Amino acid sequence: MAKVLVVDDEPNIVISIEFLMQQAGFDVVTAEDGESALARVAEGAPDLVLLDISLPGISGFDVLERLRADSDHARLPIIMLTAHGREVEREKGMALGADDYITKPFSTQALVEKVKTLLAEAS
Amino acid sequence: MAVLGIAFGYLGLLFVIAAWGDRRAEQGRSLIGSPTVYALSIAVYCTAWTFYGSVGRAASSGPSFLLIYLGPTLAMLMAPLLIRKMVRIASAQRITSIADFISARYGKSSSLGALVALIALIGITPYIALQLKAITLSHAVLVNYPQAADMRLVDESFWHDKSFWVALVLAVFIILFGTRHLDASERHEGMVAAIAFESLVKLVAFMAVGVFTVFVLFNGPGDLFARVAATPELAGALSLEAVPGGAVGWMGTLVLAFLAFLTLPRQFQVLVVENVDERHLKRASWLFPLYLLAINIFVIPIAMAGMLLGDISGNPDSFVLTLPLSAGLDGLPLLVFIGGLSAATSMVIVETIALSTMVSNQLVMPLLLRSRRLQLGSRGELAGWLLGIRRVAILLILLLGYLYHALIGDSYSLVTIGLVSFTAAAQFAPALLIGMYWRGANRKGASLGLIAGFLIWAWTLLLPGFAQSGWLDPGFLDQGPWGIAWLRPYAMLGLEGWDIYTHSLLWSLVANVGLLVGISLFSRQSPLEQTQAALFTEAMHPGLMETSLWQGQTTRGELRLLLDRYLGANATARVFSRPDASEDDLPAPPALISRAEQALAGALGSASARVLINSVVRGEALDLDAILSILDTTSETLEVNRRLEQKSNELARASEELRSANERLRELDRLKDEFVAMVSHELRTPLTSIRAFAEILHDSQDLPEEKRRHFLDVVVHESQRLSRLIEEILDLARLESGRLTLNPQRLDLVILARHSLDAVHRLQENRGVDLEVDISLDTAWVVGDPDRLEQVIINLVDNAGKFTDDDDPRVLVRLERHKDHFRLAVEDNGPGIAEGERERVFEKFHQIKHSGSQARGRPKGSGLGLPISRGIVAHLGGRLWVEDAPHLGGACLVMEMPEAPAAEPEET
Amino acid sequence: MTSPRIKERLIALILLALVLFSPPLILMMDRNPEAGLSRLPLYLFLAWALVIALAAWLMERQSGK
Repeated sequence: MAKVLVVDDEPNIVISIEFLMQQAGFDVVTAEDGESALARVAEGAPDLVLLDISLPGISGFDVLERLRADSDHARLPIIMLTAHGREVEREKGMALGADDYITKPFSTQALVEKVKTLLAEAS
Repeated sequence: MAVLGIAFGYLGLLFVIAAWGDRRAEQGRSLIGSPTVYALSIAVYCTAWTFYGSVGRAASSGPSFLLIYLGPTLAMLMAPLLIRKMVRIASAQRITSIADFISARYGKSSSLGALVALIALIGITPYIALQLKAITLSHAVLVNYPQAADMRLVDESFWHDKSFWVALVLAVFIILFGTRHLDASERHEGMVAAIAFESLVKLVAFMAVGVFTVFVLFNGPGDLFARVAATPELAGALSLEAVPGGAVGWMGTLVLAFLAFLTLPRQFQVLVVENVDERHLKRASWLFPLYLLAINIFVIPIAMAGMLLGDISGNPDSFVLTLPLSAGLDGLPLLVFIGGLSAATSMVIVETIALSTMVSNQLVMPLLLRSRRLQLGSRGELAGWLLGIRRVAILLILLLGYLYHALIGDSYSLVTIGLVSFTAAAQFAPALLIGMYWRGANRKGASLGLIAGFLIWAWTLLLPGFAQSGWLDPGFLDQGPWGIAWLRPYAMLGLEGWDIYTHSLLWSLVANVGLLVGISLFSRQSPLEQTQAALFTEAMHPGLMETSLWQGQTTRGELRLLLDRYLGANATARVFSRPDASEDDLPAPPALISRAEQALAGALGSASARVLINSVVRGEALDLDAILSILDTTSETLEVNRRLEQKSNELARASEELRSANERLRELDRLKDEFVAMVSHELRTPLTSIRAFAEILHDSQDLPEEKRRHFLDVVVHESQRLSRLIEEILDLARLESGRLTLNPQRLDLVILARHSLDAVHRLQENRGVDLEVDISLDTAWVVGDPDRLEQVIINLVDNAGKFTDDDDPRVLVRLERHKDHFRLAVEDNGPGIAEGERERVFEKFHQIKHSGSQARGRPKGSGLGLPISRGIVAHLGGRLWVEDAPHLGGACLVMEMPEAPAAEPEET
Repeated sequence: MTSPRIKERLIALILLALVLFSPPLILMMDRNPEAGLSRLPLYLFLAWALVIALAAWLMERQSGK
């Protein structure tokens, strides 16, 4: 069973995504900031990461950059989540090596679709 | 002989200093380029008359000797106004002496220049005689003590007279000293350096005697003056009664010293001609008076001491020497002798150089040029002529001084001779000073005024001096000439009871000024006079500096030939920027002609330079109309420039304002963008949860009841958060645009605070926060909007609750009076807020990073609460800030509101 | 002498010095305190020093700018 890591500092958003992923048949681990996100990845490599950009401490971009710098996780599928609807951020995320980019508030169906597609591509 | 050896050694040292000064000047590293040296050189004013005579004068005439120094103090205070203008004129016209100055002012008149030179020669000779007398006398006192100085001159032949040899030695020295340069110019830097040095020597010597007298002969000034006070004969010695002429004599001498300081040839030389930088005047204007004060401070003690000690002191004029001699000292009397020598030689050197320049430039050269005897064959020969004339003049002036000394000198004390010369020099003042400020003063008036003033001076001071020394029948002093009583020299027109100097000064100046003004009013000026008058009176006008005043025509070649012949190759090279003769056929530009005339004037005086330039230049110098139009246009141009500058300043200011306004707008724009982005981020966050859960609830029909309820709770909660956020954003927008509606009213903060705390008490308790309240006041009346203040208080408590210590969360609310304010402080026991962060918590959307709070399930703030609270408090006239919590150790937010004015009667 | 205010202050100082050094102040200071020595010289030196100090202050402050 594929494992999805959800990273967001808003507990309610984490709960909703966790529920959606479980419903779609994935294992879920959660993290509320950048540090713990990196720790979760180190503990047991997830198959996909849903990563919020504005996190307390290390931002989502930093987490993305560090993961991509590590050869183990260079091809780990990562979807960025953001409440900022700006083009610049999307471009920055893609340039740093994100696989996709989802703007809050998102459609639950679209989110689940994207996760499934990326996991299928990766395997 | 040892004394003579030291004296010659001292003169040799002066010569070395002068040579060094000249060398430095040639290398362009002037030794005298300092205001202090300038001030010291002005101290050539203090001659042997000061050095020996002040004490004598203090002994005989009480405090009147001070007037000789208070007058110059007044004159030096005016230096930045008056002397600056003289310096400006002198450097523009290359003035060589006061005779040259007056001659140039009145149309470069050679006859007026000659007149001034003659008066100076006659008037100053006694003064030079005085210095010779001082040197010989002091030497005699030094050598003969304790016998009285033997000064019988008339009986001996002149080669036995020491004064004669002193005069001769000085003449040779000055010739070596002042006319070493073949390149004759008006400045003598080496001389000025030596004079400044001499000023130091005489000051040190005099102070040394003073200190010796007061602290060695007596036990300090207290002892000395106590003994003076105990001596009845000395009781009136320091009062005004001792001053000749009383209050009138006082004022007369003050005016006399003031005028003479400006007009004595040697003072004019050092003040004006030798000035290298007019900025030096500022320092000198107080430093020189300070020098005068210092050299006079011991005069009265020495005079009193000499009189107390009686016979052993001898003549008061010699007290400075006899006091240390009477104590049996060797070194100090020698130092005093050198000090007196330096005072005398400095005066003789500068005076003789100034006078010899006048004699050569104002008396001899014009005659030679006019008679056309001066046929100069080869180039540069004139400089030789000039130096020759000056050397002969120096010799003659000193011999004249000796003659005066030998024939008449004995009849006057040192004190009185000086004032005779002062009065003669003061005759130059009207022509000089009035000429600098009144354009209408003309040559005829100046000449007649000078002649009249000089004649009255001679009649009232010079001839009586001759009479007293037995060269004239003294009968005319008492009865008047041929028995005409109103012509008595000391009581002209029956004016009796004045001291002779004030009497002479009054009548000579009345005649002098009267004729100068009267005749000027009723006669015409020549065109050149008008031009020069305008140039002198308008000298401070900035437009004149660069203007060339020649319109005439000549070729460069002719001009070069003229300068070459009269000044030599070096001076010519300085005037012509190009050394080669290739352009000699081209016409000379006006600026070059002006430079050439100035160069000639610097060597020959303005009148002669004028004659020479006229011999090669066809055409005229600018006439009065042209000069006036220059003055007017330049003043117009200046005005236009000033306005333009003002305009461009205004423009610059306006564009600066525009730029900063633009920057402010950009900044505001950026802040607005940031704000919108923040708002959108903050709104999207709850919206995301709402949408996600709503979709989940919609899509998943078979959710367990418990989950369904949880999800619905989240939706409701997040919706509330959303609407609260919207409310806050609106509040903030209203606050910032100033449209927040407040209903201020008198309210009791005690009641309001308790009420607000009741509202949040339960919530905080639920979170486990221990809320403590400490309100000891009964009432706290403020003016505020109760709803809004409640909002603030709740927000503060809520906020504090979020930052409390994790294990033992505590919040303390205190309300207390502080002067005429009330302070509501909300403390927590959390980590506190760093100093640098304290203002930032009031920024919009600023959120303090605190890990672990989410874990405890506390709601996250929007980051708008504090900015809104501060806005509300500020609108109500209060303040809101962060400080250290005094009781709980965390952060403390303090809200301060001013106390409401006393309640109106109907309200209570 | 760039600023006209300096000029005015200097003129005021000159007038002050003139008043200090002339009658009637001189006559007033000449009265013998207890029939002893005249205080006039002491007064003159003090007034003189004051004028010099003021001039120095005026001139040096101005050139300092």
